[in-house]
Amino acid sequence: MNRYLMVGITLALSTFTLAQAAPTRGGSVTVSYKDDVTTLDPAVGYDIQNWGIEKMVFDGLLDYEVGTTKLTPRLATAMPKVSSDGKTYTFTLRPGVKFHNGREVVASDVVYSLTRVLDPKTKSPGQSFYTSIAGAQAFVDGKAKTVSGLKAVGKYGVTVALEAPNAAFLNIMAMNFAFVVPKEAVAAANGDFGHKPLGTGPFKLTSWPSGQQLVFERNPSYYLPSLPYLDKVTIKVGLDPSVAFLSLTRGEVDILGDGIPPAQFLQVVKDPKYKASIFSQTTVNTSYMSLNTGVGPLKDLRVRQAINMAINKTKVLRIINGRGALAKGYLPPLMPGYDASEVGYKYDPAAAKALLAKAGFAGGFDTVLYTTSTDPNPRIAQSLQQDLAAVGIRASIKSQAQSTVTEAAGTKNTAPLVWSGGMAWTQDFPDPSDFFWPILSCKSAVQGGYNWPFYCDKALDARAARADQLVAPAQQVARLKEYASIFAALNKQAPWVPIYHEVRYMMKSERLVADSSLLNDPIHNIDYERLSVSK
Amino acid sequence: MLGFLGSRLLQSLLVLLAASFITFTLVFLLPADPARMVAGPSASVQTVTSIRHEMGLDRPFLGQYGAYLGRLVQGDLGRSYKQNTPVSTLLASRIGPTLQLMLGAIALELLIGLPLGIWAALSRGRWPDTVVMGLAFLGAAAPQFWLALSLVYLLAYRFNLFPLGGYGGLSHLFLPALTLGIGGAGWYARMMRSQLLEVLSQDYIRTARAKGQTARGVLIGHALRNATLPIATMIGLDIGTFMGGVVVVESVFGWPGLGRLVWDAIRVIDIPIIVGVVIFSAFVITLSNLLADFVQPLIDPRVRYR
Amino acid sequence: MTVTLNAPARPKSRNRTLTRFRRNPAAIVGLVVCLLIVLAALAAPWLAPHDPDFQFPEGLTLEGAPQPPGGLYPLGTDLLGRDLLSRLIWGARASLTVGFVANGAAVLLGVLIGALGALTRGWVGTAIMRFTDVMLAFPVLLLAIALTAILKPSLWIVALVIALINWVPIARVVYSEVASLREREFVEAAGAVGAGAGRILTRHILPHLIPTALVWGSLGVGTTVLLEATLSFLGVGVQPPTPSWGGVINESQSYLTTAPWLVLAPGAAILLTSLGFNLLGEGLRDALDPKGGR
Repeated sequence: MNRYLMVGITLALSTFTLAQAAPTRGGSVTVSYKDDVTTLDPAVGYDIQNWGIEKMVFDGLLDYEVGTTKLTPRLATAMPKVSSDGKTYTFTLRPGVKFHNGREVVASDVVYSLTRVLDPKTKSPGQSFYTSIAGAQAFVDGKAKTVSGLKAVGKYGVTVALEAPNAAFLNIMAMNFAFVVPKEAVAAANGDFGHKPLGTGPFKLTSWPSGQQLVFERNPSYYLPSLPYLDKVTIKVGLDPSVAFLSLTRGEVDILGDGIPPAQFLQVVKDPKYKASIFSQTTVNTSYMSLNTGVGPLKDLRVRQAINMAINKTKVLRIINGRGALAKGYLPPLMPGYDASEVGYKYDPAAAKALLAKAGFAGGFDTVLYTTSTDPNPRIAQSLQQDLAAVGIRASIKSQAQSTVTEAAGTKNTAPLVWSGGMAWTQDFPDPSDFFWPILSCKSAVQGGYNWPFYCDKALDARAARADQLVAPAQQVARLKEYASIFAALNKQAPWVPIYHEVRYMMKSERLVADSSLLNDPIHNIDYERLSVSK
Repeated sequence: MLGFLGSRLLQSLLVLLAASFITFTLVFLLPADPARMVAGPSASVQTVTSIRHEMGLDRPFLGQYGAYLGRLVQGDLGRSYKQNTPVSTLLASRIGPTLQLMLGAIALELLIGLPLGIWAALSRGRWPDTVVMGLAFLGAAAPQFWLALSLVYLLAYRFNLFPLGGYGGLSHLFLPALTLGIGGAGWYARMMRSQLLEVLSQDYIRTARAKGQTARGVLIGHALRNATLPIATMIGLDIGTFMGGVVVVESVFGWPGLGRLVWDAIRVIDIPIIVGVVIFSAFVITLSNLLADFVQPLIDPRVRYR
Repeated sequence: MTVTLNAPARPKSRNRTLTRFRRNPAAIVGLVVCLLIVLAALAAPWLAPHDPDFQFPEGLTLEGAPQPPGGLYPLGTDLLGRDLLSRLIWGARASLTVGFVANGAAVLLGVLIGALGALTRGWVGTAIMRFTDVMLAFPVLLLAIALTAILKPSLWIVALVIALINWVPIARVVYSEVASLREREFVEAAGAVGAGAGRILTRHILPHLIPTALVWGSLGVGTTVLLEATLSFLGVGVQPPTPSWGGVINESQSYLTTAPWLVLAPGAAILLTSLGFNLLGEGLRDALDPKGGR
C-alpha cells in the first residue's frame, strides 16, 4: 500500500473513556496538513491524507467498526451472503439513501462505481485489487464491454462473482476504491471529479481554493441521523508542520494532520500541559533497507546476513527520537500472522565483519544507497552509511525525489541498497498477504514493481497461494501460521534489513473531543464524522 | 514603430517556442515513470502499462511534443498527472496569490529602497550613507531561503508580530514580500543614491541653488524623474528574478502561489504542471521584457525603438 | 542585478587602479573576508576540530536531540551528532569549489559566446544572441532545480548546471562591450590591415575584456555560492554526507525554533562569503573603471 497510507491498528495505549457524555452536535474544527490534497476521487486517491477525507464525502457498502479492523455494513443493510463455493457475494443496499444531488442510490450505481475503478481510463491505482472479479480482466483488456461478475439484482441487490475464492475480498470491498459514486456527477465533472466530488457521505465539499483550504459542511439529510457531529470541517493545506504546531498552541488549528513535527517532538512529549492532547500508536508499517539480491556482492546470502548484523537499529531509533518500535522480522506487531518469537539478527559488527571475510569481502566493497530527499531520511541513510563503513562497506548516498528513487529501485540490477523511509510498506488492509504479494513475491519482482530486492522464491509463492485459498473461518489460524513461517523463511534469506515499525504521534487542541480511536483510526486515520468539540 | 513591435513579437514567439522545447526535452529525460506514480505502489504492472498508454507516454518523444504544442496553441496545457485537473485551471487559481506577492515585493522594494537611497545621498560620506550602503550589500548577499527562515524565527516566532505563514491579508503578505523584495530594495537604494548624487552635482542645479531654489524637494523630485527609467526597466527584470524566487519563498511561507505549485510538482515529477509553469513563466518574462522595451521610449525620448 | 561596464581600463593605469582599490575600505574588507574563507577552506583538515562526517555517539542526547553550542562542540552538533563547526569549515570547500569552478566556466563561456556573437556578422551571430535571449527568458532557479533533479545531483553536476545558467548575463555584457569596441578605430584599423577575426579577437578584443572578466569572476562567485546553497537547501544540490552550507540548513530547517544555531550559523557563513565576493567585485569595478557602474 501507499507509503502515505499509514493506517494501523490502534494500540491499547489510550484508555477508552466509556463514561463520556454523548457528543455535542455542531461546531467546527480545523485540521492542518503540509501537502495539498491531490484528489478526492475515491477511485484515484491513495494516500494517508485523502483516504480519510474522502470518507467525509462518500460511503462504501462496507465499513469498519470505530477504531477497529472489524468489518461492518454501511450502505449495505447487512454483511453480504456468501455462496457455498466462496465465490459469489450478494449485497443488499439500504433503501432511500440519497447522493448530495438528491438522487437515490440504486444497485446500478454500485456496479458503475466498481466498473469505473477497473476502467483503464479512470487510471485507478486500485484497479488490480478488483481484477479477481469474474470477467474483470476481459473488461480491462477491452475484450468485454461490461464486467460479467458484477450484476444489479432489482433496485437494491448487487452480486459480485469472483474467479476464485479470496480470503481478503471483503477487506477489498471496504477500501475507498469501492465507494459509491453517481455516474451523472462524474460525467458533469468532465474528468475533474477529484476536485468536484459528490457522494452520499456525512459531509459535502463546499469550497476548495487550490493550495489553501478545503471546507466541508454537514450533509443535513445524512441517512445515519446521529452523524456527523460537527457542522463544519476545514482542512488547511500548505502549513509547515512546525507552523501548524504553533498555530495549534495558539488555538487556530485543532488537529495536526501530519502529526507532531520532529523538531518539537521532545519538548511537547515532556510537557505535562500537552499530555491529554497527544495520542500515539504503532502503525502497521515496516521501514527497511532493501538489499538487491541481483547485484554484485549482495547476491551472496552471507553478505546480506552480514549487513543485517552490521546495522545499529537503536541508533536509527534515536535519530527519530524514539518514534518507532525496533523491527526484528518483516511483519509489524499488529499485523495478523506476526510472530513475537522471531529474534532476527543481533547488532554485531565484529560477527558481520567475520562473515564478510568468509564470503571473500574482507576488504569490503563499494556500493550505493538510495534514499528519498525528505528529512529525516537522508539523515537515517547517513547513519546506515556509517554502520556499513564500520564493517568495510563503502556506500555512497543518492538522495533524490521519491519518484526517482522508486523508479531506480524498481529497475532490475540498478539500486543495490534502498532505504525505504518515506516509502515504507504499510498495510492496505489487515492481512499478511498484503505484505507478501506486492513486495516480496516473484510476481512483484518485475520492472516498476515494489519488490526492490528482486527476491524471488517460487516455492514461497506457491505456499502463499495455497494459504490464500483457506477462506473458511476455521482455517484462519492455520493460514496465519503458514504466513508467519513464510516470513520467517524470508528473514533467513535476508532480502531486507527490517529496521523499525513507525510509531505515530497525533496531537489535538483542548476543545476537540476525540480519543485515540478517532485520531488514529486503523483504516482512515482520522474519523472526521465522529469528531466533536466541547461546549 | 509597428515594424519594431512586429519583429519583437515574432522574436518573443520564437523564444517561447524554444523555451517550450527545451523544457519539454528536459522533463522528458527525467528518470521517473509518471505512469507508475499515477498508479501507486500496489498497482500491478498491467495496470501501469494500461495507464501509460492512456496517458500517451508510450509514444515517441517528437509525437508527444507535437501533440503538446498542438494543444498549447489552443490554450490547453494538459492535465496534472497526480490531480487530473487541467493545468490551466491550476495556474489560474495560483496566479492571484503570486501576483499579490510580487506586487507586494515591488512595493516594499520601492518604499524601502528609494527613501534609504535619498537619505544616503543627502548624508553622503557620513554614517547613514555607510549604513544604508552596507545594508544594500547585505540584502544582495543574503540567501533568500535563510532570510525567510530567520524572519519567521525572529519576527513571527520570537516577537509574534506576524503570522507564521499561510495565506491571508496584509499581515500574512508582509514577511514573504519582504523576503522576496529585500535584495531589490538594496538595488533601488543604490540606484536612487547615485541618481540623486548626479543631480546634485549638475550645473543647472548649482544655477538653481544660486537662484535660491534650494528646496530639497525640488532636487529629489528631479532625481526621482531621472530614476523612472531604471525603475521601469528594473521592475521588468524583477518579475523574471521573482519567478525563481517565489519557489523558495512560497515553499517556506506556505503561500498558495505558482512557486509552491511547481515545487510540489517537481517533488512528485508532475510533468504537465512543471512544463506548464515554466512555459508560463517564460511567457511572463518575455512579455515584461517586451513591455519594458516598449515603455522605455515613452518615458525617455532619448531611448529609441531599435 | 544589471551591471554595465563602460570603457575598460587601459593597461597603463594599473598603478592608479591599485591605488584606487587600496583607498576603498569596502573593497579591502571584501578582499580580507574572501582571503580568510579561502584560507579556511584550504586549511580545513588542520582547522576543523573534528572529523566533519563522524556521527559522535555523545553528539546526540539519549533522546536524539542535538547538543547546543559550547564545550566539546563550539557551534553545537547537528541532528546526527556531528560537529557543526567542522562541517561548516569543510563546507567552505564545497561552496568555494562550486563557486570557482562554476563561475570560472561561466565567465569563460560568457566571454567567448558574447565576443563571438558580436564579432560574427550574419546569421551565426544572430543565432547566438537569440539563444541567449531564450536563456534570459527562463526562470533561472526553476531551470536549475529541474536540471539538478534530472541529472543525478552531485557537486560537479551542481557546478555544471550553474555554469550553464550563469554565462548568459556575462555574454550579454561582453556582447555590448565588444560591439562598441568593434566600432572603434583600432579594430577597424586592424581589419583594414587584414587581420583575421581570430587575430582581432586575441590581440585587440580579449585584452580589453580582462577587467570585465575579473569583476564578474569575483561578483559571480558570490551569486554562485548563493545559488549552490539554494539548490542544496531544496535538497537537489551537493549530496550527503559531503558537508555543504545549504545542505546543513536543509537538514535542520524544521528545527529552527528548537535548535536555531543549526540554521543561523551556516546562513551566516553563506552571507559572509557572498558579501565578501560582492564587495571585492564592486571594489574591483570601481578601481578598474572609476566612471562606470551606477
